[in-house]
Amino acid sequence: MTTVPTTTSRFEVGLAAAIARKELRDAVRGRWFWLYTVGFAALAGVLAGVALPGSVVSGTSSFGRTAASLVSLVQIVLPLMALTLGAQAIAGQVERGTLRFLLSHPVSRSEVFVGTYLGLLTATITTVGAGFGVAAIMTGARGSYADVAVFVRITVLAIVLAAAMLGLGMLISVLSRRAAAALGSAVFAWLLLVFVGDLGLMGTAVATRMPVDVLFFSTILNPVEAFRLAALSALTGSLDVLGPAGTYAIDRFGGTLDALLFGMLAVWAVVPAALSWRLFARGRDV
Amino acid sequence: MITIDHLTKRYRSVAVVDDVSLTVEPGETVALWGPNGAGKTTIVRSLLGLLSYEGSITVAGLDVRDHGKAVRRIMGYVPQELSFFDDLTVVETLDFSASLRRIADERVEAVIRLVGLDGHTGKRVGELSGGLKQRLGIALALLPDPRVLLLDEPTSNLDAASREVAVRLLHDLQTPERVMVVTSHHLEEVGMLADRVVALDDGRVLHECPPAELADRLGLRAWLHVVLDPRHRDPAAALLRSRGFEARRNGFGVLVEVSAQGKGRALGVLHDEGFAIEDVEVWR
Repeated sequence: MTTVPTTTSRFEVGLAAAIARKELRDAVRGRWFWLYTVGFAALAGVLAGVALPGSVVSGTSSFGRTAASLVSLVQIVLPLMALTLGAQAIAGQVERGTLRFLLSHPVSRSEVFVGTYLGLLTATITTVGAGFGVAAIMTGARGSYADVAVFVRITVLAIVLAAAMLGLGMLISVLSRRAAAALGSAVFAWLLLVFVGDLGLMGTAVATRMPVDVLFFSTILNPVEAFRLAALSALTGSLDVLGPAGTYAIDRFGGTLDALLFGMLAVWAVVPAALSWRLFARGRDV
Repeated sequence: MITIDHLTKRYRSVAVVDDVSLTVEPGETVALWGPNGAGKTTIVRSLLGLLSYEGSITVAGLDVRDHGKAVRRIMGYVPQELSFFDDLTVVETLDFSASLRRIADERVEAVIRLVGLDGHTGKRVGELSGGLKQRLGIALALLPDPRVLLLDEPTSNLDAASREVAVRLLHDLQTPERVMVVTSHHLEEVGMLADRVVALDDGRVLHECPPAELADRLGLRAWLHVVLDPRHRDPAAALLRSRGFEARRNGFGVLVEVSAQGKGRALGVLHDEGFAIEDVEVWR
């Protein structure tokens, strides 16, 4: 028979890892995971296939062209996947009653949250890995390895973007009472970040004659835009193509521009996840 | 072992558990009895640290609010609503629970045999019948060989035959070291399992007594319909009335009013005086 407990509520990595493994297994068994992963990998393969002949004709590096072609795909598909996956994580478990089952074990809420987050993050990284992996194999098969570093850099940026979107999704999940409401909010956030925010900002900038520095900072506040600009900078080595805002960014930040953009993405990867962790750990009744 | 001190749980301004105090000693089985909404499940969830509450709860000397994780290490819990991960198999569910409790594989195999789940280990939880799910719930609760066993309506999903098996199994789990808290709205089940019953209504304790006394304290009555030979019906009714029972004859025998726990006494009176009882029905 179990002995009388003496330990306190110390965070145990092993328990979080057990929950992460289960989350990953659940995700891999789910049809959404396969839909996203196979879809992403197939589209990445098609884009790589389209990009490769161009690189032969133009003489540009093949990995660079492949990476460039993947940026648009990443900024649309990955946020949708990570936001919806995160949004269903907590609210779905509350609704199904499985969170109560989990918390009736000798685990803390922090261990449950961290385990869930890491499991879903691993699933998301697997999807990114599948897409970029297929593209890399197709590109590498041509025998040209120029700009591999740029390709790797954009892969890392995509993973950080996925972490940011997952954290935001989990924040939505912790704040939602119903799984359907969480899913709806996640889709709304995706539309806002990927489509509406960009257009709205441009419209506002024109209508209000927004100063260029305000426009630049407003742009990079959006994690999807921060990813896009960081990827653009990695591919071209400058943001000149953005016009005045790009010129301002280069003049103002010079060599630290890449760090600024990556830092903004990293803040998005940390803050929503940390906030949702805190809210969840403080706990509401289950 | 368990001390509940002035426990109150409110949802907005409504108290669903209102100033409940209770102690349970090692080796004791206490039943929380009452209708739906009486507050039984809320007390059990508070014991697990799943709910916020007013008052205090200590288990093995540890405050549940501050040491919930440590307290749950010695607890097994069978929930009223059996919500497991439907996509996992039976053995995966048990393995996952064991990994969260740091329990060896041999124990998983032992509880599978104990509750009779061998032969079902590869089935997905979502495909299990209510009875098998209930067995899985009991197996999960027994995994840590717990000092405190919380059973929230443990037989609610079972048919009569399975319920009897489950009650016998739970009865066998009583040991001098173990505390069991069982919620139920079945008076007979409470009588078979518990040493003490706490009757609740609207979140408040109405009575705390041995199970045998509960029906009388609550004033619960039943009618026994005793089928007798026509020649014996009038004398049997007269005999029962002379022994203090409310009794009258009807078309097939006699109707006698008894306390919910006192059916045997009326039948014993008739049997002792040589009346041949052909059949008995209980009307509530």
